[in-house]
Amino acid sequence: MFHCFRRGQKKLSRECSDCGSDKGMLKDGNQVLTQVPKGCRCRIRRHMAHGAIRQRLLDLGFVPNAEVEMVRCATLGDPLEMRLGDYYVTLRKREADLIEVQDA
Amino acid sequence: MSSETKNILIGLAGQQNAGKSTMFNMLTGATQHIANYPGVTIDKKVGSYRDDEGRVEIVDLPGTYSLTSYSLEERVARDFLLQETPHAIVNVIDASSLRRGLYFTFQVLEMSFPVVMALNMVDVAEANGRKVDHEKLSQLLGVKVIPTVGRKKRGKGELRQAIRETVNEKGSQDPGERFQVFYEELEEKVVAITSLLGASGTMSETLPLRWLAVKLLEGDSEARRIVQQQHQEAEAVLGSVDAAIQSFQDEMDISPADHIVSCRDRLAASIVEQCVEVSAVHTVRTSEKIDRVLLHRGLAPIFLVLTVYLIYELSIVQGYKLTFLTWPALAWVRATVAGFLPDPGLLQDTILRTLPLWMMDSVNTLLNYVPVFLILFALIAILEDSGYMARIAFILDRVFQSFGLHGQSTLPFILGGVFTGGCAVPGIMATKGIPDERSRLATILTVPYMNCLAKIPLYTLLVNIYFTAHKSYVMLFISTITIIMAMIVAKLLTSTILYGRETAPFVMEMPNYHMPTMTGVLRRAFDRTWIYIKKVGTIVVAVAICVYVLLQFPGLPEDRMAHYEQQMDGAIAGFQQDIQGTAYADILQHEDRILQLLNISATYREAKLAASTQEASRAVDVRYEAKHPELFPLLRPRDAEARSVSRSLRSLANERSNLRGQIREETIVHSYFGRVGRALEPVTQYAGFDWKINVALISSFAARESSVATLGVLFQEGVDENITLEERMERESEAGGRTPLHALALMLFFALYPPCLATTIMVKVQTGSYKWMLFSIAFPTVFGLAVVSGVFTLGSLFNVSGIQAMGIFYVAALATAIVLSLMEDPAWKRQRSNIVGTKEA
Repeated sequence: MFHCFRRGQKKLSRECSDCGSDKGMLKDGNQVLTQVPKGCRCRIRRHMAHGAIRQRLLDLGFVPNAEVEMVRCATLGDPLEMRLGDYYVTLRKREADLIEVQDA
Repeated sequence: MSSETKNILIGLAGQQNAGKSTMFNMLTGATQHIANYPGVTIDKKVGSYRDDEGRVEIVDLPGTYSLTSYSLEERVARDFLLQETPHAIVNVIDASSLRRGLYFTFQVLEMSFPVVMALNMVDVAEANGRKVDHEKLSQLLGVKVIPTVGRKKRGKGELRQAIRETVNEKGSQDPGERFQVFYEELEEKVVAITSLLGASGTMSETLPLRWLAVKLLEGDSEARRIVQQQHQEAEAVLGSVDAAIQSFQDEMDISPADHIVSCRDRLAASIVEQCVEVSAVHTVRTSEKIDRVLLHRGLAPIFLVLTVYLIYELSIVQGYKLTFLTWPALAWVRATVAGFLPDPGLLQDTILRTLPLWMMDSVNTLLNYVPVFLILFALIAILEDSGYMARIAFILDRVFQSFGLHGQSTLPFILGGVFTGGCAVPGIMATKGIPDERSRLATILTVPYMNCLAKIPLYTLLVNIYFTAHKSYVMLFISTITIIMAMIVAKLLTSTILYGRETAPFVMEMPNYHMPTMTGVLRRAFDRTWIYIKKVGTIVVAVAICVYVLLQFPGLPEDRMAHYEQQMDGAIAGFQQDIQGTAYADILQHEDRILQLLNISATYREAKLAASTQEASRAVDVRYEAKHPELFPLLRPRDAEARSVSRSLRSLANERSNLRGQIREETIVHSYFGRVGRALEPVTQYAGFDWKINVALISSFAARESSVATLGVLFQEGVDENITLEERMERESEAGGRTPLHALALMLFFALYPPCLATTIMVKVQTGSYKWMLFSIAFPTVFGLAVVSGVFTLGSLFNVSGIQAMGIFYVAALATAIVLSLMEDPAWKRQRSNIVGTKEA
């Protein structure tokens, strides 16, 4: 359902799919950021976080409708690195779990 | 008006990693800590320069992403802007991430400050195929935009000029023409609240009302507080703000805060579209290409370990070889100083001689390690400036997380000395940047476990004596075991006494890789080494004096002294008998003369040893012959008679040095410290510490550096021969039955030892409580002694060697750490139940 922007990455993305958590899809067909495989893109829908966490995510460009590309996860599977436009941001899974996304 | 000098105040603001610190240096020429790592600049730094019209004072504000009240840095930056109202703001913005940088610019413009934009790192942006049209940007924002390259000092003159022009033009601009973010559906409410706020006459003079209105609609707690304090009808205003928020939420199905953010984002996007020309098709930045290798999931740990190992090898192993070159120089200085002091007495020297030499020795022992530190600091500076430090935080965050710490704990730990060599004081200072209160406290309490600069001399000393064959392994053990122990302690603390403290997320921007500049790296390496030397010069000298007093007084009982004097008299009588009948008997009739001869022959031998070439050696002979024509034949005997006298002289000298050694040791036994050290022996014997080690450990609380200095004095035998402490301790350990297991116990305790005096004071400053300060002393003492006693007692019981015990302990500690890391973080559990709760509701 996510369009992988580079064909060569398909194999890699499966390899790294353990970056994502094993939670099922949310009721309305949306996913959370941790479920996006490596090398794939998605669009931010909304935040489930509050207060300081939410503000920090917004400051770093995780604004609704922003396009996010999952770049990689660290050796131990956490944190995740992603690309937002022209810069790269790292996020723990714990926070990425709180961001609801949809197809790019 | 224009002829008088006009002094102005400028705030330098911008997001993290935009190159603010470099810009600050470029404008003011001051030396300052620059790094690629988010959160380094927290303290308010002030610099200044002069231009044609007067002095320009620049305050470097903390690097923040926005101006909310969620983090300490943001509050600091905001309070400065509101309270000190600078004449203009220089907004440093990274040209290659313009879009996100503009969020910040919008907020500063909203506060209606005159702004000059320094469009930094245009070279990097252009290399990435993004050309920013700065004139267009200037036109759209209504502010001056100066393209700069901070690292190459490009744009300095233009920026200074623009600052002055902007300040001079202030007020001439029509407020209506000023740039504003248009908040679409929310705009009406923003205007309404602005006018409500304007009803208070005092507020409209001191505060930017539109900004305050927007903040109130965002639900900012600090903004509410301002209204409550300053507005006459605060309750009514806040009431209508709440109503506006609620009605907007109902109408639009989005909170005003989110709406404000997306309005700003849309505006930023449209500005970027108009100003940035993307020429290159490839959007993958060079840094990302490097990261594909360096941060590759499988390869990343290998590169990390390689980096750490390289640092050991270059600084500790190779740097130590350099000390073979520096030691003779330091020994020469000591000998020269000794030459100016009163001559040594027969058995006891005057305090005028011993105290200066004591201080000299303390300082020398530490200065000997300066080459190691220089290399080490240069390497750390390279790591910081290149951007790899942030990658290390990324790779290691998962590990830190498991122990209740934070990825941003990396910098404090590294400054504290993860790579062997650092200082807990700057380490604890750097914890200010950690947004997570619980991690911050845990980091403060565990940073002292790192291997600070002052611990290294002791490690190097012990490793060179007891573990010569396994040098690199042992150093690797020491630095990794400290991390493991720190993690264990952090987990214990965060899940017990720190349980319930506030936690925060790990969100970090991955900076671009930069080529570190030679001058930047060298400057920082020299600066940090200088701080170390200064510490040696102040605290250590002061402590050395105290320790001297506590080690030398009350001195030997009279009957013991009389006993030694008697022995010495006997030796001299024997010597005189030996030389009876020779040509030298007459000159050496008096004791004074013999003492003089003894002292001269000692300095002569030193001078001969120090002379590296044949000519130099001959020059020494010529000098001594001219100075002491009568005695010189005994120093360099040419005939049989002189040779035999010289032999007797040597045995007399040996006897003297023997007696002096015994006196020194007995003095220490009778000293105040000796008594305390002995009194502690029953407890510390389980850890393998004898009273000498106890004395060194006690004196090291005041400053860790002095442990080696004190050991240097305690193992004094042969001190007059100018040999290194390693050789002296080696000599004694062969006699005293000290084994590598003893050394291991000592090193381990030193790793777990409570922080030094300076650090505990820093703990007080950063935690704001004496309770934590006392805790930071008491806990490591008890914990350290318990661990070390366990290792030593069990090790001796099963008769394992030092290196085996090290391995076993390492595995045990690692296993404990792994088990602890698998335990779920209590804070996560809480958070999860909260979110599930809100989702269901």
